[in-house]
Amino acid sequence: MAALSCHELVGVVTDYLEGALPEAGRDRFESHLAACPHCTRYLEQFRLTIAATGTLSEDVIEPAAKEDLLRVFRDWKASAAPETL
Amino acid sequence: MPELESATATTPTGLSGEDEALLVRLRAGHEDAFVELVDRYHAQMVRLALSFVSSHSVAEEVAQEAWLGVLKGLDRFEGRSSLKTWIFRILTNTAKTRGQRESRIVPFASLGGTDADGEDAEFDLERFHPPGDALAGHWMSPPGEWETSPEDLMLSGEVRAQIEGAMAKLGPSQREVMRLRDIEGWSSEEVCNVLELTETNQRVLLHRARTKVRQALAQYFAGR
Repeated sequence: MAALSCHELVGVVTDYLEGALPEAGRDRFESHLAACPHCTRYLEQFRLTIAATGTLSEDVIEPAAKEDLLRVFRDWKASAAPETL
Repeated sequence: MPELESATATTPTGLSGEDEALLVRLRAGHEDAFVELVDRYHAQMVRLALSFVSSHSVAEEVAQEAWLGVLKGLDRFEGRSSLKTWIFRILTNTAKTRGQRESRIVPFASLGGTDADGEDAEFDLERFHPPGDALAGHWMSPPGEWETSPEDLMLSGEVRAQIEGAMAKLGPSQREVMRLRDIEGWSSEEVCNVLELTETNQRVLLHRARTKVRQALAQYFAGR
């Protein structure tokens, strides 16, 4: 099977990371990496990008929004059929 | 006998034990179960709603409406999907309806999925020797070194700002998929279910988004 070019490798990095490449494709990917420091660096940077993006998470609920939701819940509970409670 | 009946009624395809327990408590009207779900998902729901409607306050309203839909639908929920997928489906449906009422373009319904634009076709070509060239497919200018440690990269406010800026420039479908996968930590299956994308389409969107964000970081490190 033909070797993967750098250009082709860059196009399937996410497929590789997602485990979506067929076995032969994964082998070609990994043998290219073993011989190519540029693509090895690229993959490293791709992974770092994903990891750094993960630090953007912020799950903050505004207290007022939470109060509103509790009111929604209490109204629902009050109006729900008695046998479900 | 009654045990058998309730088991087949609520878990035809095997809801996780955690979902099952939460559902029982919710149906019984336990406020702490509701609070647990709200703490877990509400902020994410508001952010997802924001890709369908025009403002944060409308997104909050949409999320609140979706929670009411969740509560009212509890008795009908059959456990064919996870509780999370079900809740976020209700959210996206609510948000789409609201977005249409606002006559705002609904990204996932209207873009055919990949946010393909002229720029997408070129963004990776210019960095490689063109076909026919002796070095066809090889790096024209190989990726430069990022002079930072992974720890510094994770902690840098400037890097975060770069990522936010790059994501803001993405098409809405690419941005949402990357946000859900790489910021909110959803699985590809969850993203496909909630946004109604095929696995392949989801991967294409994710790949283009990540590629552009990496590119933005590369430019940032090159110019520093």
